[in-house]
Amino acid sequence: MLIKDIKEILDAKVYCGEDFLEAEVHSACGADLMSDVLAFVKEQSVLLTGLVNPQVVRTAYMMDMRCIVFVRGKIPDAQTIALAEKKDIVVMSTEHRMYVACGKLYTSGLVGIE
Amino acid sequence: MEPLHLHYDVDGDDFISAGEASSEMKKVLRRLGFDPDIIRRCAICMYEGEINMVIHACGGVADVDINEHDIVMKLSDNGPGIEDVEKAMQEGYSTASHNVRELGFGAGMGLPNMKRYSDEMTIDTAVNVGTTVTMKIKV
Ligand SMILES: Nc1ncnc2c1ncn2[C@@H]1O[C@H](COP(=O)(O)OP(=O)(O)OP(=O)(O)O)[C@@H](O)[C@H]1O
Ligand SMILES: [Mg+2]
Repeated sequence: MLIKDIKEILDAKVYCGEDFLEAEVHSACGADLMSDVLAFVKEQSVLLTGLVNPQVVRTAYMMDMRCIVFVRGKIPDAQTIALAEKKDIVVMSTEHRMYVACGKLYTSGLVGIE
Repeated sequence: MEPLHLHYDVDGDDFISAGEASSEMKKVLRRLGFDPDIIRRCAICMYEGEINMVIHACGGVADVDINEHDIVMKLSDNGPGIEDVEKAMQEGYSTASHNVRELGFGAGMGLPNMKRYSDEMTIDTAVNVGTTVTMKIKV
């Protein structure tokens, strides 16, 4: 799946990283606790979360993730966007809730890793 | 390669910039051309340690020694110390405040993550004196 497909499937608004929408991603994870994300060091390239602060971007950066999706219509603040921009990470926001957003991506072929 | 030493001050009152030292270290490791998997493990260890110093200990210092055989990260603070290290090492154990949890931390996973991703980890701590966590990752 390409990052632009995620935007499409989730009807999401992109806040930064437009240059990387053609990048390919193979798996995703959804979490609101950052240490939970950090606990599974696998090739996950997309993070779905309901938590908005710059540490979400730091966490994604440490994990080599390419894209962050904020769920439930959460709008990222300027600091969060600025940091993501610096780290070449795509940031988008969708109105869907976590369960639905993950389900839509999963059934479209973006799997999780266990 | 020439052995390299990195030093960072980690500000204790600034949750927003927490993780800056880990980001900088990651950048250096990338520039030096280490394996991406090694870099990711180092970054996660350092980041968890850095966040711990900010949320549990009012900040501290981080020192990283890099050579061709291993990467050693040492995080030292003069915070409250850890009373029961064995307990602190258990997954899910956390004394983090409600505020910290709202920011996405306090799952009690940090120290176990650091242990898992490093090849060697030691914790030197004394109540009311401080804590030093040292992690080694072999290249
Ligand atoms: N540098 C430190 N100084 C004092 N106490 C610490 C320090 N690091 C960890 N601790 C203690 O050990 C506990 C467990 O740490 P750990 O990193 O595993 O979990 P956490 O920081 O509470 O949550 P998480 O890491 O999942 O966000 C902490 O809640 C805290 O009580
Ligand atoms: Mg922690």
